Amino acid sequence: MEDIRLALIVIAPLIGAVASYVFGRVAPKLSGGIASAAVAVSLFNVVSLWQGLGAQESFSFILSSWLSFADVQLPLEIYFDKLSAVMCLVVTGVGLLIHLYSIGYMAEDESRPRFFAYLNLFIASMLILVLGKSLPVIFIGWEGVGLCSYLLIGFWYTNPDFASAGRKAFVMNRIGDLGFIVAMAILYHACGTLDVIALSNPKILARIPSDLGYIAGIALFLAATGKSAQLPLFTWLPDAMAGPTPVSALIHAATMVTAGIYLMARMFGVVGLDPLVPAIILWTALATSAVAALIAISQNDIKKVLAYSTVSQLGFMFLAVGVGAYSVALFHVVTHAFFKACLFMSAGSVIHGCHHEQDMRRMGGLARSMPLTCLSYGAATLAIAGIAPFAGYFSKHAILESLAHTPNIYLHSFSGVIGLAATAIAICTAFYMTRSFILTFMGSYRGEGHPHEAPMIMTAPVLLLAALSVAGGLVLNPVFFHYLEGPLPPVQEHASGGVIGFIFGSAPGLFGILAAYTLFVLVPTLKDQVRKVLWIGEKISAGKFFVDEILEVTVIAPVRALSVVVTQVLDRSVSLGSGEAIGGISRAVGELTCRATTGQVSTYVLWIFASAALLLYVFLPVR
Amino acid sequence: MDPIVSYLGIACVLFTIGGIGLCLRRNAIVLFMCVEMMLNAVNLAFVAFSKIHGNLDGQIAVFFVMVIAAAESAIGLAIILAVFRTHSSIETTDAAELKW
Repeated sequence: MEDIRLALIVIAPLIGAVASYVFGRVAPKLSGGIASAAVAVSLFNVVSLWQGLGAQESFSFILSSWLSFADVQLPLEIYFDKLSAVMCLVVTGVGLLIHLYSIGYMAEDESRPRFFAYLNLFIASMLILVLGKSLPVIFIGWEGVGLCSYLLIGFWYTNPDFASAGRKAFVMNRIGDLGFIVAMAILYHACGTLDVIALSNPKILARIPSDLGYIAGIALFLAATGKSAQLPLFTWLPDAMAGPTPVSALIHAATMVTAGIYLMARMFGVVGLDPLVPAIILWTALATSAVAALIAISQNDIKKVLAYSTVSQLGFMFLAVGVGAYSVALFHVVTHAFFKACLFMSAGSVIHGCHHEQDMRRMGGLARSMPLTCLSYGAATLAIAGIAPFAGYFSKHAILESLAHTPNIYLHSFSGVIGLAATAIAICTAFYMTRSFILTFMGSYRGEGHPHEAPMIMTAPVLLLAALSVAGGLVLNPVFFHYLEGPLPPVQEHASGGVIGFIFGSAPGLFGILAAYTLFVLVPTLKDQVRKVLWIGEKISAGKFFVDEILEVTVIAPVRALSVVVTQVLDRSVSLGSGEAIGGISRAVGELTCRATTGQVSTYVLWIFASAALLLYVFLPVR
Repeated sequence: MDPIVSYLGIACVLFTIGGIGLCLRRNAIVLFMCVEMMLNAVNLAFVAFSKIHGNLDGQIAVFFVMVIAAAESAIGLAIILAVFRTHSSIETTDAAELKW
């Protein structure tokens, strides 16, 4: 029975993808319902299996055999343990809410069946990713979510900018995938297995030579930087906002971008082999988080603010990975899924209500016309700012605390600096989120037309997520870390207690909110003075730290130059040249041999006689 | 020596003369006659072998050869006539346009 349920988790959305497209072609209104029902089936099975986890450590099921050659057997096997359970609950739970929301958001779009088919395909791929028992199976899901992300970013493909944003995401992810493949090759070479359970066994990990272990760890992190948008591969994520807003909420905030964290947690044994790898992860994460937070301050597009904030929060998760607090990182994945999906969906409602306006400078005062959306955006803003007792407070606080207790020898002496920097980023986060809230919902309306509240089918899922952003942390915090102690290494217990702890822990968030409120509402003149002093900072922030430009010069230009060399020089001389040479030889041979055709009967007769004589000589038995 | 073998000898001589003529001459009608001569040399050989083996297989083959030779001469003479009309000559060296 468990086996069938486990298989159904993956198969239901796959069937849903086909069904919502096929039936959607006949009756477009059906497609959203079918897709949501498929995810609901998945969610139901996840919950029932999760209930059964107490009695049993894990479930596994072989969907079918896949690769088998010589002594290598690689079945399509899925595996359900506590870590997969947490990810599956987030993917199907938040996924279902976003599916319901999409029914309202996409109600007027012509190609709804295609949209819901892609969305369901994404859910199926994501579930394969988190359920895969061996790295190649995870890789199927990994590529599947990449493909769906590409398809959904470029969903409105008639706009060339959107299509090229999809292509950019795809290509940047490909760089990360290279790391994944390299890691798989090394691990198979050293351990002789790609099973994730075997690869967390210290006896098997001891077979990896130290230099290979270092490369494998770095390669896995490269894979994670691609999928989870870390430096230097993060620029695709803000561009990915070209997709419909529910896609941004589902793929580019709640689920797919956290796949990198999941991979790190699953492969924690390999990542931690060489202490230099976590140190590199931590510094990269810190830089990414800081850069993205600073860029977010100067963005005017509401979705861009949220996109950079996602990059920044992903950096926060990697901070926890870097100090070895994997379950803390997972905790932030969960709470972030709640509040960031809520923020994106509220932003979607705002965009929907303001007739596809995304620029916050042409919003304002929406609290009156869309009170429910304002309420949920506000709750999620407090959650991401880390104000107690909202969800984000607990996970952020746990990350900040875990930074102080790192056993890593390369990080030991820097823990003070790292902690301060992370706190500064937390202040930044609260500041830019409050800014976006003020610009969108407070003051007076600066746009044209009449903004209106979203329909029930959209507000209900958003309010539910807002409730989770408010209470999720409080409920989960006491049990979460202990729950994941089986599949993940244990973390130190946190002192989260008491009103005083709450106030001190919320201090960075409160400071950021107050600063934004002062600058944008209380004393607007001060804002202009600050801008004058920090004009160069504003330039850098508005220019997005010129990461795209730096990549353009350092990576893209050389590659393009190389391709010019290859096409103009190598292709001309080698390929074309060799073609010309082969052609020339056959032409010369032809010129020579055609002289045999004299047009004279007597020559032909001679040839006939000569050939006949030769044949007789060869084949006649009598010599 | 068996007297029948001398028939084969004559057939050989006729065939060779025809072949050499085919190689050396240019006049289409002479070439034509050379081909006829070679065919008849083969016919003679067929009859001789028929006698040697004591059955009629060879003689039946001769009839086929003669029928085909008749058809060939009809077509061949027609071709020669056509060549003469276009080239005013039946020298084979003059009709060599169809080479490369």
